[in-house]
Amino acid sequence: MKLDLLTTLNAERAARRAAIVMTDVASGNGRLVKAAEVAKDPLQSILAERLRTGKSGMVDSPEGRVFLTVYVPAPQLVITGAVHISQTLAPIGKLLGYDVTIVDPRTAFASIERFPDVKVIAEWPDKALPPLGIDHYTAFVALTHDPKIDDPALIHALSRDCFYIGALGSKKTHGRRVARLKEQGLSDADIARIHAPIGLEIGAISPAEIAVAITAEITARRREEGEAEPAAAPARARVAS
Amino acid sequence: MLSTNDDILKAAEDWRKGGRDVALATVVETWGSAPRPVGSNLVIDGEGNFLGSVSGGCVEGAVVTEALDVIESGQPKMLEFGVADETAWKVGLSCGGTIRVYVEKVE
Repeated sequence: MKLDLLTTLNAERAARRAAIVMTDVASGNGRLVKAAEVAKDPLQSILAERLRTGKSGMVDSPEGRVFLTVYVPAPQLVITGAVHISQTLAPIGKLLGYDVTIVDPRTAFASIERFPDVKVIAEWPDKALPPLGIDHYTAFVALTHDPKIDDPALIHALSRDCFYIGALGSKKTHGRRVARLKEQGLSDADIARIHAPIGLEIGAISPAEIAVAITAEITARRREEGEAEPAAAPARARVAS
Repeated sequence: MLSTNDDILKAAEDWRKGGRDVALATVVETWGSAPRPVGSNLVIDGEGNFLGSVSGGCVEGAVVTEALDVIESGQPKMLEFGVADETAWKVGLSCGGTIRVYVEKVE
């Protein structure tokens, strides 16, 4: 690998921009494709798919047998609600390698003492979310139970192509949420991308157990990427709370 | 401890810019149960110092040895490690998988 390629790659990574290094393993020649350049690359379809899934691997391409090393930004986990579940969800998220941010405008909830070592923003979603750069490498979880906070945040997350979007609430609560979101003009396909009731069905009862169910579901979505479209994925029973 | 790939690639850049000879090893293919995913990196310098992981410890020693060779020759190498079998002098993966590791010089 050329040093200038490595230097450029590290600069892209530092700026949280995805990039792919293509290495011809026979000759050792490599080239760097930045995420913004993928659309006009001769191997556009292969590279776009890799960028979407974040998976590195060997590929037979028109340029020969090449190894694609895919570098995507560290995943982030954005949570609305500095609530009881978040107190476990945030540390588990960190252990799993996510940059965790909690947004809750109710300042009594969003106290730093309850969330040591976690970025807590005591602002409304319309102010707090846009600067976070929510994108395809983001998992978004709505936990406040307050439509004034969760609804606008969900709409923002849906517009940013998050790989996972989950919302706390029973089937009944979610039914009311669906009605509200439809009134806001969201399509059925968009709304179907919200995992609700949230979390894998593991019989979770306590807030900490629900946090485990949520992180399990996020992990499943992250690792299933490319194998099923979210809307076509089989319906699964989930935690109601 | 295992480092993240950012740290490893930054180390590769910093080591090279600091004048050290550097090789980069990358897991390019895995079969069966492999300890580290495709894309995992190990950076090695000319003295045999290394950072990162391609197997969680099973074959790093052999990769480092080969990397010194790559640094010397400048020619990249493809290495393959499989289940430790009757050829007991060869290193292998106790987990039963097979991995292919590409080693290249940073120049």
